[in-house]
Amino acid sequence: MVEIQGGIYTPLYSLDSQKITVKPFSMDVYPVTNADFLAFVKKYPDWKKSTAKRLYADSNYLRHWASDTEFPQYLSNSPVVNVSWFAAKRYCECEGKRLATTAEWELAAKASPTSKDGSRDTAFRQWLIQVLSKPSGNATPAVGLTPRNYYGVYDLHGLVWEWTYDFNSALTTGESRGNSTLDNSLFCGGGSFASKDVSNYPAFMRFAIRSSVKARYCVPNLGFRCVR
Amino acid sequence: MEFFTQRGKGLIWALGLCLLIASCGDQNEADPASKLEEIQGQETAVLTDPPNVPPPITRKHPTKVIVHLEVVEKEMQMMDGVSYVFWTFGGTVPGKFIRVREGDFVEFHLKNHPDNKLPHNIDLHAVTGPGGGAASTFTAPGHETQFSFTALNPGLYIYHCATAPVGMHIANGMYGLILVEPKEGLPKVDREFYVCQGDFYTKGAYGEAGLQPFDMEKAMREEPDYVVFNGKVGALSGNTALKAKVGEKIRLFVGNGGPNMVSSFHVIGEIFDNVFREGGSVPDHNIQTTLVPAGGAAMTEFTLDVPGDFILVDHSIFRAFNKGALGVLMAEGTPNKNLYSGQQDDRIYQPEGGVIQSMPEGPAVEAKPMTKEEKLAQGKNIYASNCQACHQADAKGIEKAFPPLAGSDYFANDPSKAIMAVSHGLSGKITVNGKEYDGVMPKQNLSDAQTAAVLTYVLNNFGNKGGEVNAEDVAKLKK
Repeated sequence: MVEIQGGIYTPLYSLDSQKITVKPFSMDVYPVTNADFLAFVKKYPDWKKSTAKRLYADSNYLRHWASDTEFPQYLSNSPVVNVSWFAAKRYCECEGKRLATTAEWELAAKASPTSKDGSRDTAFRQWLIQVLSKPSGNATPAVGLTPRNYYGVYDLHGLVWEWTYDFNSALTTGESRGNSTLDNSLFCGGGSFASKDVSNYPAFMRFAIRSSVKARYCVPNLGFRCVR
Repeated sequence: MEFFTQRGKGLIWALGLCLLIASCGDQNEADPASKLEEIQGQETAVLTDPPNVPPPITRKHPTKVIVHLEVVEKEMQMMDGVSYVFWTFGGTVPGKFIRVREGDFVEFHLKNHPDNKLPHNIDLHAVTGPGGGAASTFTAPGHETQFSFTALNPGLYIYHCATAPVGMHIANGMYGLILVEPKEGLPKVDREFYVCQGDFYTKGAYGEAGLQPFDMEKAMREEPDYVVFNGKVGALSGNTALKAKVGEKIRLFVGNGGPNMVSSFHVIGEIFDNVFREGGSVPDHNIQTTLVPAGGAAMTEFTLDVPGDFILVDHSIFRAFNKGALGVLMAEGTPNKNLYSGQQDDRIYQPEGGVIQSMPEGPAVEAKPMTKEEKLAQGKNIYASNCQACHQADAKGIEKAFPPLAGSDYFANDPSKAIMAVSHGLSGKITVNGKEYDGVMPKQNLSDAQTAAVLTYVLNNFGNKGGEVNAEDVAKLKK
């Protein structure tokens, strides 16, 4: 794990520029891999592919695994995907860790390879758009191959999406254009016109994926990492 | 009451109004559902890839139509040597063409391929309801969503992705057309094609080779590198040009996905007999160029009268010649010289006295022999436009420069001299009515029939002694 400095995070969608103060925290350098997750299910059989409750993980759970304990060898060091929010949360708890809040995750992800705030760096943003534009394909590469960021964290961008603890308070609904009326109990304002940074396309994409899933969903390019 | 007429008013509103207003009156007035015909049976829509269009609907009743559309993110060619990661509805840009009938109950399934990176949704402009279906179809990779709607309004509509960042989803090719055929159907035509314009923004300039990423800055400045029909430079050319035959009635379903540009859609060398502007219900006639808004459409109809290549362009013309907004409709068939001759001549042009100096042998159109009356009438006009400038309106000419035709002794006894002068021109010294002229008369730009007509007119006016010249006489002397 590496130390992430605290700071002020301004949510992408906010009507009154409400800022969130993020305290310093530690973050895993890599997303959780298939090998890591195999060790977890062996220890906690409730979370095996064949026994996990549908309420907590839909039928895509560990879909890329051949059985409760087998997956293609070449995926050993690749991020585990097809895991639900419940499974990710439980994994982190069993490690004595937790899932990052969206604010923590976004703050860490703001860092470019050279600076802790790359949000005004057009070259960095263009690179993000480029990696996020490409389809995921059906084989996830290994962890640690994308550029290391300022804090020493790998793979926050361009490998897999990652669960956050409060992913579904992100307020974009399926309708990204109006000031939508769903999920406003969690946050004020869901419309793109309420966004503080209308040109932060990579952030829009992250919020879109977070808004498109439910906690039991298992998605082929959605994994996770832990923080403390 | 304007508030109540907004798009999206539905059953809930209608009932709500009835509760609010005691004297609601006829509830049918407020409830569109009560006007609908009864749904009979169900079918699965057959969708087509551009430029093809599903066949016309022959049903006389609305039905339940099931539509399956899959979102696929994939690398394709933007032009030869240039590739781009397109996000697509059904694997093509534009997306698959959907055809339903007014009143149909559409059960829509949106599938997001598991290999895709992003969530997607769909806003169909044919839908009456919030977001055009967008909020109901927000779909994570590896998921499928479903919603249903009734196609209340006939017309040609754009559909597009509306997931944040919306502009980028559209800029990457996420749009297509859905046709809601009117109850009575569309007029019969011989061929229908599906053409959809879009603008694209790449890091490299137009033509720069390799895999080009999306350029957000250019997209925001609305400065596209590519403006193309059907997702690729040259998508409608060569082997993949649209093909039809002379005599056929053509209907183009034209869409414009944008994201930014408005299209001035034009087919070079054709006039649209009918244009349903913006895909609406009222045909307009004899239109040269029609505007297709970003996020809008138009139906254009025309008959191919002559063969050749008819070029589709966005008449914001630099887009056509420098950014790719060009397509070809090839019409096969027999030329009709009456309608269009093709080039008849190309020769040296030297301006001289405002008269066109030379033209081809023989007329473009073989005309019936004219009566003397017709010759006199036509000859008068020909004289005015071809002879009068030099020989003057009274045909008295100008001394020392242009000889007179009035009471002229030059051709009085031999009209063929006049024919020769008109057909071949005349230069050097001549004497007319006792005065000497030494100039040049150019050969005239007239057919045999026209020469005969104008000379007949001259012989019978200006104090000349009458007579008649026939086209055949002219033809003989021309040899």
